[in-house]
Amino acid sequence: MAATRKNSGGPRSGLIFGDLWEFDPAPETADPKLKARYDLFIGGRFVRPRSGRTFDSVNPANETKLAEIALAGPADVDAAYKAAAGAFRPWSAMPGRERGKYLYRIARLLQDRAREFAVAETLDGGKPIRESRDFDVPMAAAHFFYHAGWADKLEYVAPGRVAQPLGVVGQVIPWNFPLLMLAWKLAPALAMGNCVVLKPAETTSITALKLAEILQDAELPPGVVNFVTGAGETGAAVMGHPGAAKVAFTGSTEVGKAIMRQLAGTDRKMTMELGGKAANVVFDDAPIDQAVEGIVNGIFFNQGHVCCAGSRLLVHEPVAEQVISKLRNRLRVLRVGDPLDKNTDLGAINSREQLGRIRRLVASGVREGALMYQPPCRLPERGFYFPPTLFTRVTQSHRIAREEIFGPVLSILTFRTVDEAIEKANNTPYGLSAGVWTDKGSRILRMSTELKAGVVWANTFNKFDPSSPFGGYKESGFGREGGRQGLLDYAHLA
Amino acid sequence: MSTPAVNRIPVTKTPKVYIGGAFVRSESARTFKVSDAAGAFFANIPQCTRKDLRNAVEAAAKAGPGWAKRSPYNRAQILYRLAEMLEARSGELVTSLVRFGAREADAARGMSVGVDRLIHYAGWADKYEQLLGSVNPVASAHFNFTVTEPMGVVGIIAPDSPPLLGLLSMLAPVIACGNTVVALASEKTPYPAILLGEMLATSDLPGGVVNILTGFRRELVPTFATHAHIRAIYASAGADDRKALRLGAAASVKRVRFTDLAGREWFSDSAQGLEAIRDFVELKTTWHPIGS
Repeated sequence: MAATRKNSGGPRSGLIFGDLWEFDPAPETADPKLKARYDLFIGGRFVRPRSGRTFDSVNPANETKLAEIALAGPADVDAAYKAAAGAFRPWSAMPGRERGKYLYRIARLLQDRAREFAVAETLDGGKPIRESRDFDVPMAAAHFFYHAGWADKLEYVAPGRVAQPLGVVGQVIPWNFPLLMLAWKLAPALAMGNCVVLKPAETTSITALKLAEILQDAELPPGVVNFVTGAGETGAAVMGHPGAAKVAFTGSTEVGKAIMRQLAGTDRKMTMELGGKAANVVFDDAPIDQAVEGIVNGIFFNQGHVCCAGSRLLVHEPVAEQVISKLRNRLRVLRVGDPLDKNTDLGAINSREQLGRIRRLVASGVREGALMYQPPCRLPERGFYFPPTLFTRVTQSHRIAREEIFGPVLSILTFRTVDEAIEKANNTPYGLSAGVWTDKGSRILRMSTELKAGVVWANTFNKFDPSSPFGGYKESGFGREGGRQGLLDYAHLA
Repeated sequence: MSTPAVNRIPVTKTPKVYIGGAFVRSESARTFKVSDAAGAFFANIPQCTRKDLRNAVEAAAKAGPGWAKRSPYNRAQILYRLAEMLEARSGELVTSLVRFGAREADAARGMSVGVDRLIHYAGWADKYEQLLGSVNPVASAHFNFTVTEPMGVVGIIAPDSPPLLGLLSMLAPVIACGNTVVALASEKTPYPAILLGEMLATSDLPGGVVNILTGFRRELVPTFATHAHIRAIYASAGADDRKALRLGAAASVKRVRFTDLAGREWFSDSAQGLEAIRDFVELKTTWHPIGS
């Protein structure tokens, strides 16, 4: 009996230490150096919005106001495009060697202020400081560093053709990785010699405007990069502006489709990085403990606010019980709470709206008959939080198996054969990412060949690298970011 | 022994569209009358409906996985074989182009460019991967590589001028990289595309890989735009059709490419190349662990 319990990882085993002592608070205390008010960054200067309007950026961890942000209206967006257009000729004509040096400077200055940026990112967005410190900020710097080196090697990008900049690029980014998405968008566009008008997400504008300080310190020529802050209307103005030679959007599939319709009458080039409902497929020969860590990282990284999150776990029937039991145990020791605490695993949900959406979809899962598990955990009284959540007995028709939840909610399905796993994994309109856990290299390659997804992680999940192209199939969008392939999406080939 | 001099009555051909490897009429039994450049009646051409288009998409989807799994070398040989078929029957194609108003010299030039273009893309079939894919030097213990994959069913809307070279130039890169095709022939000059279908049928190209419809753009463009199983559109189109295609494509995040080439621009070597293939492949990046 005891042996059986051990094998199935019984409900209480391996947990004893979890109840023995409380963690002391371990808050990160570095000064984020926030300003009380952030203006628009246009033509190399911070300028008051012509709209005369502002909005508040709120810390989702405790619902306190962090700063007042300028709201860009159409006239402001227009001014940003004018500044970018004015900067384009000298910037694109500058030798790549010199353009690259600016990107190197930006990477270095960001590394210098990494701690400060990590705290600001966590305050504004709610993600655990461990993630902003160890992932978001260093990865953002890495993207600038990587692309800096491309600027003087553009003749190698497209054999037989001359890669030229497009002009002014309009970019709109989401709130889940504010600084990192900004780096993904800016670095390749600038390396290629384009100028940029970028709108951060309305709930997470601060690190973009802090980066504007770095752009000033780096003496980047005025107008090469412009930041206009605001919500959906500002975004539509950025995407729809006639001065844009190309637009790049990262966000929901719904908004992506709306932008595609908005631009239907134009020949504007587009990159769309949209939603996902990734399958994470665990075979019975997988290293199970490693897989459990990977599943946790796949869905609870950044509170599940990840377009490529492994939100559908497909587990091989022979090991299903074992994997689910181990997952439950693992969930019990996940720490949910103050994002600034260095021991926190799950921070705050980015906004009240997003929390509402997660709650609605979770309620639909319960209603439709899936079995919910949430570990006992005390959530802070103020702020937006949601406990890590598992659903078993999920069928493919459940909303929680079809729709992107964008929260810490994992839907678990099982399969018997490789073909069934492939069939289920591909049964979605999305196709951004997928995971495979197995000890067999040949099976990894078979799965990778069959899965309709732009990124396939084998025995790992949520890994990123500036040299590794990222982007989706099907309704997860088109175009790539990262690598030589991503750079090409910012080029006109002559 | 003398026979009375009777003029032989030629046997005329009933033009049919090429769907799923078979020659069929429109399911609607509708046709439209096509006259030659001199205004003489030529034939009744199938006026395909959106149901024909859906049937063609089904055929293309069915043929897709098999075609995508053919080795690149095999796809190259099949495209080369198609060029051989066209070269052998180029006289017939030139005659048909001239009959519908092309200048003799242009028709002949277009034909030879078309055959050469097929050979150009036949050669690409087993080479583009090495140029579009990559091994990526990531900062962790992973073998990280990017490979291409065909998008699936691609809808092609061919130009009116040149009707045959335009269609060939759009088809070749799309099938060279493993996609399957549903094409709408020139509305004004559909007959050369019907002849092309007859050559495809004898070229070792599996049935369903290329399906060619004839009919009216205004009837078929909306279905090209919205059919969710058509994963990409490659069109020679005016402003209104472009807008309609983009609007419809948004619903399923379809990839849409337009060609701006017109008239003799299609003859140029710059009308071909790797970009046309790059436009119709997806890129997949795999993180494979190193060590155990």
